[in-house]
Amino acid sequence: MGCRKVLTLERLQQIRKEHRPILEARVGEAGNADINEDGSIVLNGDYYKKQVRIALKNCGIINPLMIEDYIAVDGYSALANILFNKSSGEIIDDMMASNLRGRGGAGFPTGRKWNEAFKYDADQKFMICNADEGDPGAFMDRSILENDPHSVLEGMAIGGYAVGADKGFIYVRAEYPIAVKRLRTAIEQAKELGILGNNILGTGFSFDIELRLGSGAFVCGEGTALIESIEGKRGMPRTKIHRTAHKGLWQKPTIINNVETYANVPVIFQKGVDWFRSIGTEKSPGTKVFSLVGKVQNAGLVEVPMGTPLREIVYDIGGGVQDGKGFKAVQTGGPSGGCIPAHLIDTPVDFESLGKIGSIMGSGGMVVMDEDTCMVDVARFFLEFTVDESCGKCVPCREGTKRMLEILERIVSGHGEDGDIELMEDLSETISKASLCGLGQTASNPVVTTIKYFRDEYEAHINEKKCPSGSCRPLIKYFITEACIGCTRCAKSCPVDSCITGKVKERHVINQDVCIKCGTCYEVCPVKPVKAVVKG
Amino acid sequence: MNITIDGIQYEIKKNTTILQACKDAGINIPTLCHDERLNPSSSCRLCLVEVEGTKNPVTSCSTMVRDNMVVNTKSKDVIKARKDVLNLIISNHPMECLTCDKSGNCKLQDYSYEYGVAEGTFKGAKRTPKTDTSNPFYDYDARKCILCGLCVRVCDELQGTAAIGIENRGFDAVVTTPYNEGLINSKCVSCGNCVSVCPVGALSPKRQKYRYWENKKIRTTCSYCGVGCQMDLVVKGDKVVDVEPAKDALNNGLLCVKGKFAYKFINHPDRLKTPLIKINGRFEEATWDEAYRYIRKKVNELKPEYGADSFAGLTSARCTNEENYLFQKLFRAVIGTNNVDHCARL
Ligand SMILES: Cc1cc2nc3c(=O)[nH]c(=O)nc-3n(C[C@H](O)[C@H](O)[C@H](O)COP(=O)(O)O)c2cc1C
Ligand code: SF4
Ligand code: SF4
Ligand code: SF4
Ligand code: FES
Repeated sequence: MGCRKVLTLERLQQIRKEHRPILEARVGEAGNADINEDGSIVLNGDYYKKQVRIALKNCGIINPLMIEDYIAVDGYSALANILFNKSSGEIIDDMMASNLRGRGGAGFPTGRKWNEAFKYDADQKFMICNADEGDPGAFMDRSILENDPHSVLEGMAIGGYAVGADKGFIYVRAEYPIAVKRLRTAIEQAKELGILGNNILGTGFSFDIELRLGSGAFVCGEGTALIESIEGKRGMPRTKIHRTAHKGLWQKPTIINNVETYANVPVIFQKGVDWFRSIGTEKSPGTKVFSLVGKVQNAGLVEVPMGTPLREIVYDIGGGVQDGKGFKAVQTGGPSGGCIPAHLIDTPVDFESLGKIGSIMGSGGMVVMDEDTCMVDVARFFLEFTVDESCGKCVPCREGTKRMLEILERIVSGHGEDGDIELMEDLSETISKASLCGLGQTASNPVVTTIKYFRDEYEAHINEKKCPSGSCRPLIKYFITEACIGCTRCAKSCPVDSCITGKVKERHVINQDVCIKCGTCYEVCPVKPVKAVVKG
Repeated sequence: MNITIDGIQYEIKKNTTILQACKDAGINIPTLCHDERLNPSSSCRLCLVEVEGTKNPVTSCSTMVRDNMVVNTKSKDVIKARKDVLNLIISNHPMECLTCDKSGNCKLQDYSYEYGVAEGTFKGAKRTPKTDTSNPFYDYDARKCILCGLCVRVCDELQGTAAIGIENRGFDAVVTTPYNEGLINSKCVSCGNCVSVCPVGALSPKRQKYRYWENKKIRTTCSYCGVGCQMDLVVKGDKVVDVEPAKDALNNGLLCVKGKFAYKFINHPDRLKTPLIKINGRFEEATWDEAYRYIRKKVNELKPEYGADSFAGLTSARCTNEENYLFQKLFRAVIGTNNVDHCARL
C-alpha cells in the first residue's frame, strides 16, 4: 500500500483537462446531447428540454464505469475544493443555508440532520446511503446508481468530512445487480485513484465506503430498520429514544440520506447555495426526480423544479393520458402516498402542497390513472403491498392494515357492508397515530385519500354492488341486448362451456351463473355502432 | 424536572421514562411489551399517552420526560387508541380463556376487562396455528402469541442464549427457532425465562392444572446452588405446582432450568425423606441420630485397622458453602483424610 502515490489536486485537474475532450468527442459522436456554452452537457429532445436536471445531470451522458468521465464533468471538484478551503462547520452552514431537503420521503432538511451529528462528540461516526428504493414502480435512485455512481460517493464523502465520519455504507437492494456492480467498480476506481481511502488528496481526511446488500424487504428502507439490518439483525424499525444522528449504527452518530439527496450535494457545492435556492420554491428548493408511470403517454424519469404544477408533469412532459382516455387521478408518494383527483391537477408539486391535499412527495413515485381505473381497487392494491411488507413488529400496522385490507377486499368483491367506509376511516386514524414507524403511519393514506375524493365510488360498490369504472370483475355483469344479430361469434369465443347460448340469427343469452366475466364476448361482438354485449 | 401528568405537577429525575414517572406517581399505564430489564421495543402500542405539542401520541415506555412536559394519560384519543389496539389483538386471538392455563394471570385478559373489550370486532383471518411441544418443560402455542417479543428479547438480552427469534413478516410473523427445527433441536437451555415473561398463555409450562386464584405463593430461596435465587413456589393445597422467579431480588426475575422447572421432586414418591442405613444388604430408613451414631461407631472401629484413607466423603452442591466447609473440615481434621469431594465435579 505504502508505495501508492498520493493523489494531488494538480493530478486531479490534469485528469479533467486530459479527459474532457475525449468525453466531448464521444458526446458529439453519439449526438444525444448538446454541449452548452457554460460547459454543461444536456440531453436533447423535447422530453428532456422541459426538465431541469441536477440529480440526473450526468445520467445518459457519462460512462459510469469510467471515473475519468465523472471527473471530466467537474466530478470530485467540489470535494477537492472543500477539503482545501472549507471547514466542517462551513459545510454544515452551507448545507443548512441551501435548505436541501431529504429526497427519500420525509423531506427533512439535510443540513439540520448533519448538524446534529456534527455537534455530537463521538470516537466514530458513520454515513449511510439509503439505496433500498422499495416503492413499487420507482426507479429514480436506481438510475442514479447505475448511471452516475460517483456523484453519490462524492456526496457521501462531503457529508463525512462535514460531520466527522470516516466510514460510509451504501445499503443497496440486491435486486439491483447492475447498480451493485457499478457501485463496486466506482468505489474500486475511486480508491485506486485515491479520492476515497486514507489521507485523501494529502489533506489528512480519510473516508472509506462499503456496500451492504438488502434482501428485498420494503421496511428495510426505513432508516432504523436499515441500521438493524446492517448490524446483522432482523430488519425491524427501532423505537426512537435517541436520534439516529446521535446514536445510530452500532450506537454511534449516523447520518442516513437517500441516493438522490447525496447526488444533489456535490452540485450545490460546485454551483453555490444561491444558485440552488434559485431553483424550486422557498420551502422546497431544488428539483425532484419523479418516476412517471401508469396510463401516461411518455413514461420515464422526470426531474423538474419543486413547485412545478402536476399538470405540467403529466401533460407537457408526460404527454397526457394514453389512448386519449380521460384523466382521473394521479397517485404520488408510492404506497404511503395519496391519490390526487383531476380537479387538483394544478397543485404545485412540493412537500407542503402535496401534504395539504393528503398526499406526500414520498420518494417520487407518480402513477397516472385513467377513467377505467377503479379507485377502490387502487386503494386495495397499495394496501395489499403494505400488508405484505409490514414487518409485524407493532400491533396497529400488523393487525390493523390486514383488517383494512379485508374490508377493501370484501368491497371490491361485492360483499361490502353499510358502515364499511366509516369503519375504515375510524381504523385508519388509529393505524396512523399509533403505529411505530412510517410504514404503518402512512399505510392508510391511499385509502383515506380515495375515500375523501372518490367516496361515491366506494358507495357504488357497497350500496349498488357496482364498480363505476367497470374494473372490479366480481361486480361486472355482461348482458346481450336486443341489438344482437345472432352471429354466434361470442358463443364460439367464450372460454366457458355452454355459458352463451342461442340459435343462429337469434338473440343470444349469457348464463350469469357460469360466466367468469372475462369480457371476451364484449371484445368480439361486431355490432355497430353500439355493441350488443353491454358491460354493467 | 418538572412535569405535569393529568393536571398534577410532579418533580421527576432526568432520564426517566414517562411510564416510570407515571408509575411513581401511582398512575397505571397498560403495557404488554414492556420490561424494565430490557431495551424498549415499543411494539404493543398500548402504553400510548398524549404529550402536549406532539402530533401523535407517544409510547410512554420509550419516551423520556422533558422539563415542563405536559402529559395526558387518559384523553379520549388515547383511550380510543388503546381500545383499538386491544380489539385488534383480541380479534386475532383464540377465545379460550375457559380452558387456558393463564386465565386469571393474563395481562391481555386484565386489560380487556379494564377497557371493556368483550370480543374482537374484526372477523377475518386468524394467525396460522403452530405449536412447539418439543421441549420437555414448556410449550409454545402461536395462536395465543401476541408477538410482544418479550420472550425473544429476554432470551437474547438477559439469558444470553438467543435461541428463538421472529420469522416471517407482518400478519404471518411468528416466534420460532432457527430453521423451524423445534425448541428441542435449538440452542434453548430450557431456562424458562421466556415462559416467565410471556404476558399471555402462548408460552406455558408443562404443569398440572391449577387456577391462579386457588393458590398461595411462598417466597423461598432456590436450593439447587449457592447463588441464592429468590423464587415463589406456587402452592395448591399442600403441593408445589409451579415456580415463579422473584423480580425484586438479586436474580432479577431470572432462574435456570433447575430453579424454574425442577420442583417436581418435592412431591415425588421416590423422594428420600430420611437417612438410609444398609442392614443385611438392604437400605432401611433411619433417624438422623441413628445415622450419626452409626457413622461414629464405624469410624472408630475401622480407622485403627485400615487407616484414615480408607474413608471418603462426598458432599453436595445443594449444601451451603458453610455446610461444605464443615464437611471437609470433618474429613480432613477429624477423620484425617483428604478423600473429600463434591458432586459439582461429577
Ligand atoms: C417503510 C419505509 C420505507 C422507506 N424506504 C426508503 C427507501 O427505499 N429509500 C430511502 O431513501 N428512504 C426510504 N425511507 C425513508 C428513510 O426512513 C429516511 O427517511 C431517508 O432515507 C432519509 O434520507 P433523506 O433525508 O435523504 O430523505 C423509508 C421510510 C419508511 C418509513
Ligand atoms: S408500523 Fe409496520 S412496518 Fe413499522 S414497525 Fe410497525 S409493523 Fe413494522
Ligand atoms: S427457555 Fe431459556 S434458553 Fe430456551 S428459549 Fe426460553 S429463554 Fe431462551
Ligand atoms: S410467546 Fe409470549 S412472550 Fe413471546 S412474543 Fe408471544 S406473547 Fe410475547
Ligand atoms: S409497553 Fe410501550 S409499546 Fe408496549
